[in-house]
Amino acid sequence: MSTLTGQTREPAAPGARTGNGIGDDARRPDGTQKVAGRFAFSSDLWADGMVWGATVRSPHPRARLISVDPSEALRIAGVYCVLTHEDVPGQKTFGLEVADQPVLAMGEVRYQGEAVALVAADSPETARRAVAAVRVEYQPLVPVVDPMKAMLPTAEKVHPSGNIVRHFKLRSGDPLAEAPVVVSGEYEVGMQDQAFLGPESGLAVPADDGGVDLQVATQWLHVDRRQVAAALGLPEDKVRLALAGVGGAFGAREDVSLQIHLCLLALRTGRPVKMVYSREESFFGHVHRHPARLRYVHGAGRDGRLVFVKAEMVFDGGAYMSSTRAVIGNAGTLGVGPYVVPNVSVDAYGLYTNNPPCGAMRGFGAVQACFAYEAQMDRLAEELGMHPVELRSLNAMAQGSLMPTGQVVDSPAPVADLLRRVWQAPLPPPLPAVAGVATEGLLPGGMANTTHGEGVVRGTGYAVGFKNVGFSEGYDDYTTVRVSLAAGPDGPVATVQSAACELGQGLVTVETQVVRSELGLSDVVLETADTRVGSAGSSSASRQTYMTAGALREACARLRAGLLARAAARLGVPEPDLSWAHGEVLGPERAVLGLSELLEAGPLEETVEWRHRPTQDVDPETGQGDAHVQYCFAAHRAVVDVDTELGLVKVVQIDTAQDVGKAINPGAVIGQIHGGTTQGLGLALMEEIQIDAGRVRNPSFTDYLIPTILDVPPMRVQVLELADPHAPYGLRGVGEAPTISSTPAIVAAVRAATGRRLARVPLRPQDIVGLDEAGAEGGPSR
Amino acid sequence: MDFHYPRSWADALALKAEHPEAVPIAGGTDVMVELNFNRRRPAALLDISAVPELAQWDRADGHLRVGAGVSYTRLVRELGPQLPGLAMAARTVGSPQIRNRGTVGGNLGSASPAGDAHPPLLAGRASVELASVRGTRLVPLDEFFTGPKRSVLAADELISAFVVRPAPGPEQFCKVGTRNAMVIAVASFAVSLDPERGRVGTGIGSAAPTPRRAGGAEEFLEAELAAAGMWQRPRPLPGPVLDRFAELVTASASPIDDVRGTAAYRRHALAVMARRALSWAWADLMRN
Ligand SMILES: Cc1cc2nc3c(=O)[nH]c(=O)nc-3n(C[C@H](O)[C@H](O)[C@H](O)COP(=O)(O)OP(=O)(O)OC[C@H]3O[C@@H](n4cnc5c(N)ncnc54)[C@H](O)[C@@H]3O)c2cc1C
Repeated sequence: MSTLTGQTREPAAPGARTGNGIGDDARRPDGTQKVAGRFAFSSDLWADGMVWGATVRSPHPRARLISVDPSEALRIAGVYCVLTHEDVPGQKTFGLEVADQPVLAMGEVRYQGEAVALVAADSPETARRAVAAVRVEYQPLVPVVDPMKAMLPTAEKVHPSGNIVRHFKLRSGDPLAEAPVVVSGEYEVGMQDQAFLGPESGLAVPADDGGVDLQVATQWLHVDRRQVAAALGLPEDKVRLALAGVGGAFGAREDVSLQIHLCLLALRTGRPVKMVYSREESFFGHVHRHPARLRYVHGAGRDGRLVFVKAEMVFDGGAYMSSTRAVIGNAGTLGVGPYVVPNVSVDAYGLYTNNPPCGAMRGFGAVQACFAYEAQMDRLAEELGMHPVELRSLNAMAQGSLMPTGQVVDSPAPVADLLRRVWQAPLPPPLPAVAGVATEGLLPGGMANTTHGEGVVRGTGYAVGFKNVGFSEGYDDYTTVRVSLAAGPDGPVATVQSAACELGQGLVTVETQVVRSELGLSDVVLETADTRVGSAGSSSASRQTYMTAGALREACARLRAGLLARAAARLGVPEPDLSWAHGEVLGPERAVLGLSELLEAGPLEETVEWRHRPTQDVDPETGQGDAHVQYCFAAHRAVVDVDTELGLVKVVQIDTAQDVGKAINPGAVIGQIHGGTTQGLGLALMEEIQIDAGRVRNPSFTDYLIPTILDVPPMRVQVLELADPHAPYGLRGVGEAPTISSTPAIVAAVRAATGRRLARVPLRPQDIVGLDEAGAEGGPSR
Repeated sequence: MDFHYPRSWADALALKAEHPEAVPIAGGTDVMVELNFNRRRPAALLDISAVPELAQWDRADGHLRVGAGVSYTRLVRELGPQLPGLAMAARTVGSPQIRNRGTVGGNLGSASPAGDAHPPLLAGRASVELASVRGTRLVPLDEFFTGPKRSVLAADELISAFVVRPAPGPEQFCKVGTRNAMVIAVASFAVSLDPERGRVGTGIGSAAPTPRRAGGAEEFLEAELAAAGMWQRPRPLPGPVLDRFAELVTASASPIDDVRGTAAYRRHALAVMARRALSWAWADLMRN
């Protein structure tokens, strides 16, 4: 069940209400195809005469690369080539922020699964055999795997620049502030994987002009193109990318995986080359969520008002930088949560180690911090004898509050209201009082008949979180769109060209809705997202609806201006005497000119490069600065049943309240909140890439568990629409907020049921029953 | 890779004798995973899914003989009341799709310590029927497994069926996993009570190199129940009896730390499950 409440203060778009415009539950243009299994995902790509690429990967987390001998592989019939770093014609390294990762390993491999060589062969099977036949000689080295040791000046260096990728410092208020009530805690977040269902795949086709055309599932075509062109040593216009069907992303497709490899192979073989990672390879082929250790001290007055927060966070970025710097910036600037805290000291470190590289994942630095600060808020509430919602509300930020960075929160920040809403939402029926009755699937253990009520205790937990929307810290973040308007046989047609990536989140629906509303027409054609237009920026950071809607609104406004000019000329009246309504131009004396009439003179086209308002870099010593564009907020209440003897959990109900500013597509908003909440549930209860001495122990869906339908409870969602006056249509990014607070809410509920500290996620049964010595804080707290 | 597709049991046995290296494939829910992961590259596959004899079950001499090719879905639907412990286990296997394809023959063939059919069959003192062109032999299940994913099955043999008495009394099965469905057992336990003969059966899964019985716990409980005349006049089981039973079940296990759980947790969970499963089975007995 879902409800939409709250109100919009932003005026509606000037176009017609077609029922498929802004604010409507418009259908996805690709929905039927996807449900019917007819949608072509990137793994379905095909070209005549294509060959298959495959990757030789390092089995060692750290080793000196002595030699690569392709001769045996090249003797296999059907093998076209074997490439190593020597075959990379351009820049031999790539990276999202800094090009620190070899396209193919050189000198040293720094993580298990690092790409060492490539093969192309006439079938996937032959390619696989060729991979096995490439002889690579390694001299294994002792990997740097403990982030706490990697930080030390004495540690061995993973890269010559040292192991600290970023040390973010925030200092505000009085560093010596004291408080009568102090709680401290240490927390740990395991390595979560995005676990998208469509593995990395793409198809590169060599072009007659010496360039290459690449179709690939990605989040950001232009940042891929930049890196591909650099590695190939080609000008960017010789590298053309088009989006192939994306089967989920969640951050894992922001970095280059097989893009450069595909193009190298295509240019070498002169043939179209396809690559599809297996599920296992996918676990090695993309970045993960940074695992983190966090140490917090909170000080408050006896009235519950926060006096200070001190935090030290260590994020393990693994072997290459990816987006670690930005992740650390988020963790640091957002590290005290959506609360007003006068005195703050944060030190956030992002590290290099020989663990798998980590980068973007839904929530991007905010997730790890929220798990810790919300646990701290509960401990503080307990210490003060206050209700957790009361304590949070007392300290909640609101419009006008100051962030610890000194930035003013200059749009609605309904933190207390969101908390109140989930607090007051109806609770589920209580646990059956009598044990001994089998209840198929409803109790912890689900279908596996582990309890008939014995040991089961209910718990309730709350959490609230927030995150920045868009790219922060002074990044020049823009989106390009081109909209053309032409007469068609059945009326006017708008065509949208954009490089913005649809990942499953529903951007394509939003694009059609905005254009329909702005231009008052029903026929909107979306061209394939590709690099024929300028960059759209990344479909990440909850930013793409905000940015693309902003760009489309501007493009449509310019088109309307063009139409008005035409109408003015035709009617011989000055433009100010004309108005636009419902896809028509109204003139004096009831003159009406429809779009079709106005387009008789030919099509119109507008290209817009649109920016959100600028942000600032933060001061390196104090973290002060207007770092962020906008925030998104969500609160969760989780109700869980815990089998306290077996350590198994069944989440009974989750209530979410989130402010979205404006729900462009209410159905899609609910979908994002359900999905994000579920991904947070996964982190709370089961999702972890387990690493041992730099090696991944569970690279499969057999042992990397994600929630099933029996793990996901009924979710009630309350959506607030408090317009952000600085944002297009008042909207806020939606995708990440629900992922952030669902994890701490669920863990708080398990703590309430068990009385244990539970300082690490994902929770393991042995932690919940208190068997694990390592979880030192695992003992009962009361 | 060669592919053999016999349509009769006789053909299947002949093919297996001729191609002992051929890997049988029934539902394929284990074999296909292994092929996908490149863990196995057999020279040949022997698809036995079209052998009609394997998909049958019947009852003779007070025993059920269930063909190796009967799926979990059919077990639940057709044999639930006669084999309640196995049906409970079958319900926890994978997802509906896996239960439609997967077979007990395949579970036995894989001989994984985590196979869910094994504990209830051990508790029910089932035997496995192995056949080849040389003849047929019946192996008690607790002599079938020889190690992790290893059994006494010979290269020219196929599993034709399992043979078990219809449940003589209450049975229970429970399995611990870290999600609420579609999960491989971290540890599992089955118990079967035979009031007429005064026998107790147990089975432990995922807590030793092979599925195994908890012999000590069985003997202890049989002795306690006999001494107290409890089979004839069932009364609630005293706490210390439940405790000791759970302790002995745990003592029979030799679990390891792995990616799915720790040895310590497995022992702990077994004790909890043993206590609970026995108390449920005993409560069923008292009700009847
Ligand atoms: C998603 C998923 C979830 C799963 N969940 C569970 C679970 O919860 N619990 C569980 O126990 N298992 C689970 N499994 C494993 C698998 O489904 C079971 O082991 C099933 O019983 C295998 O049966 P099958 O007919 O598919 O076997 P197959 O894959 O066809 O064969 C399995 C093995 O047995 C051999 N074999 C099969 N039949 C015979 C025969 N008649 N004679 C000799 N050898 C034979 C094969 O050669 C092979 O070695 C799961 C598998 C998947 C893919």
